[in-house]
Amino acid sequence: MIRFLLYSLLFALLGACASQPELRGSNDLGVVIERADGAVLVVENSGNTVLHRVEGLGDLSHASLVYSRDGRYAYVFGRDGGLSKVDILRGELVTRVVQSGNSIGGAISQDGELIAVSNYEPGGVRVFDADDLVPIADIPAIPSAGGAASKVVGLVDAPEQRFVFSLFDSDEIWLADFENPQDPQITRYAEIGRAPYDALITADGRYYLAGLFGEDGLALLDLWRPEEGVRKVLEDYGRGDEKLPVYKMPHLEGFASASNYMFVPAVGRHEVLVIDERGWSEVARIPVAGQPVFVRARPDGREVWVNFAFPDNDRIQIIDVEELQVVDTLRPGKGVLHMEFTPRGDDIWVSVRDDNKLVVYDTRTREAVAELPARSPSGIFFTHRAGQLGF
Amino acid sequence: MHRFFLRSLWALAAALFTVSAGADEPSAERREELAHLLEQDCGSCHGMTMKGGLGPALTPEALTGKPVDFLVTTVLHGRPGTAMPPWGQFVNEAEARWLVEQLKRGRFSD
Repeated sequence: MIRFLLYSLLFALLGACASQPELRGSNDLGVVIERADGAVLVVENSGNTVLHRVEGLGDLSHASLVYSRDGRYAYVFGRDGGLSKVDILRGELVTRVVQSGNSIGGAISQDGELIAVSNYEPGGVRVFDADDLVPIADIPAIPSAGGAASKVVGLVDAPEQRFVFSLFDSDEIWLADFENPQDPQITRYAEIGRAPYDALITADGRYYLAGLFGEDGLALLDLWRPEEGVRKVLEDYGRGDEKLPVYKMPHLEGFASASNYMFVPAVGRHEVLVIDERGWSEVARIPVAGQPVFVRARPDGREVWVNFAFPDNDRIQIIDVEELQVVDTLRPGKGVLHMEFTPRGDDIWVSVRDDNKLVVYDTRTREAVAELPARSPSGIFFTHRAGQLGF
Repeated sequence: MHRFFLRSLWALAAALFTVSAGADEPSAERREELAHLLEQDCGSCHGMTMKGGLGPALTPEALTGKPVDFLVTTVLHGRPGTAMPPWGQFVNEAEARWLVEQLKRGRFSD
């Protein structure tokens, strides 16, 4: 009898060791940054649960990430220059390098083989092999006119194996062609407008738009016609008006584009700007509750959801794209830092930093359908970004 | 008797002085709020550990040689022509001074 029991136990143990983890798809997964702990949560948005917590990613007080083209790995860019590759299916940190003193974000190349990181200190872009994070290229952001390296912002991937980024301190946009990764070809555009603070690329990969902190308007580069150079659009927007103080820089990543209208946060104004993409003219300015930070379109383009800088960071406003006005205000809690729609937009996840929670809203009823504990959460990134240019 | 009276007067004066000094120093509860503001909201530009971001580093080394009054003025009124906004609407002078002293001591730097 005892022998039987022992054998049973042995077989049970062997079975447990040999069994594979249950197979699952990855398109309903996501990663949430826990900014104060240097950790990330792997979550799934079908049943709204946390699957794994991965620690040891360094200083994530400002962090973002991109996905490998198969949606299995997240490359996390930390404040301290750390670049971490996380296997979200196993919930494990695979590789980590500290590649600079202070970084701000990154991008993955069109073919998925290169990871580019934009750095504040030392200012520039470094490029790594997506497989093992071995360095491939280093592009110091030395201004065209000479001088100290600039902080680099607004780094995005563009079609035809290119990266585009902006130099905050020297008012430039650089276009880097990585057809030959060992010898990137750089095109530099100078005097594009004062202090570009962030940038976006349109969903089709054609237009690169940099927001300017130092003056009105946006800098536009048409990647179908790079030889035509950078031009200013919406130059007259708000000319002469007194600007309001900006307590947190807006982010252009995840900007909203719906019905040929682009929705972007106005800098120093409590407004969302609506731009007609066909002529780059101003369509409307929608008054909102505070300085907008993220302006994101529901995937069907029917609504645009907006969050705000301190001290209005306790709410979200919803803009109706046809009426071009705010139709609802939600108050998820203190310190609303980020919002991410599920791939088809049935739900939206919201991170609420000071309340240490994630709130999931049904976008149709605008009712909270789930709350998950998370420590000081900031960015939320779902895996469908893996297939989108500029993400 | 006379000596006792004088002593009492000194004690009273000292007590009064302490009270008035204490009125400037933010309360424990307020200090917690200020620390949170510094870490989270100042931190969004200067980094949660004050090592800098879009804004410059605010570590004790980075602040060496910068007078407290100058830094207090920067907090309250911002720095025109840069991204540094005025915080005078949210903190008073004594609170700004307390924040600057914490930064100089490196309480928020790792």
